[in-house]
Amino acid sequence: MIVTINGEDRDVRAGASVDELVAELTSAPRGIAVVVDGTVVPRSEWCSHMLTGRESVEVITAVQGG
Amino acid sequence: MDDPFVVAGQTLASRLIIGTGGAASLDVVDRILTASHASLCTVAMRRVDTGTTGSIFDVIDRHGVRVLPNTAGCRTAAEAVTTAQIAREALETDWIKLEVIADERTLLPDPVELLEAAARLVALGFQVFPYTNDDPVLARRLQQTGCVAVMPLGAPIGTGLGIANRHNIELIVGEAQVPVILDAGIGTASDAALAMELGCDAVLLASAVTRAQDPERMAAAMAAAVHAGRLARLAGRIPRRHHAQASSPTDRMAAL
Repeated sequence: MIVTINGEDRDVRAGASVDELVAELTSAPRGIAVVVDGTVVPRSEWCSHMLTGRESVEVITAVQGG
Repeated sequence: MDDPFVVAGQTLASRLIIGTGGAASLDVVDRILTASHASLCTVAMRRVDTGTTGSIFDVIDRHGVRVLPNTAGCRTAAEAVTTAQIAREALETDWIKLEVIADERTLLPDPVELLEAAARLVALGFQVFPYTNDDPVLARRLQQTGCVAVMPLGAPIGTGLGIANRHNIELIVGEAQVPVILDAGIGTASDAALAMELGCDAVLLASAVTRAQDPERMAAAMAAAVHAGRLARLAGRIPRRHHAQASSPTDRMAAL
């Protein structure tokens, strides 16, 4: 299924969890937040939050700024 | 001298807050944090870049500084609220430097969106540090909303123009019930000292250090300036006079 991750369409395993998706993108152990279709998904729900396709996902971290 | 800087219920060891934006590398950030003795630094929230190595977290951990995430780049209250929620989730802090800017040319805060975002974030339990215009009335409204500090600009972000309207900063300080943190516009050490002399509780700066020719040395200069300005504020400056006043005795002069 296709999911848009950080602005790019990606083919991911059908029914993939947010947790799987993050693990594919980064190995950073912390400092990550995930937004699915505009709503922040708490880390405690990453494993249970399954994607159904066509979602827009933002995977965010802290960078130099401000 | 016992002069703690307390904000949002926390005591910070330094009244200089470092913005990490604009530094050429994480190594430069590392050296700036060492030289500035800062105990709080800002970060921005952006998409994960799979191509980068190293992380701002490594530097922050090494220095044991507290982190103040910002909502830089947000134009609306809605964007800023979501960005604050992202920061809270990623960094496990309720502290948020609230920036809601009006346009790219001035980077000035949009007061309407700012106040709206502040109210919503306070209701969501955030400790809100709003980057605001040097407007005493807006600063008052932000405090009434429940912000834990107010952060008026000296001049627009990155301009290095110093404190454009010191009278307004004094008015804000004069009635503030929360710490006043001068944020943006600082160009060099004397600007930071002036902010403290005017009664600000702390100074937040980024470009003045990160884009200086020698960021490490400028960080040390800013630390000294903030300290000197604070001491001068507490010491109480002499009033300005129109005419001279001799400091040597005027009586018992020799007849020459």
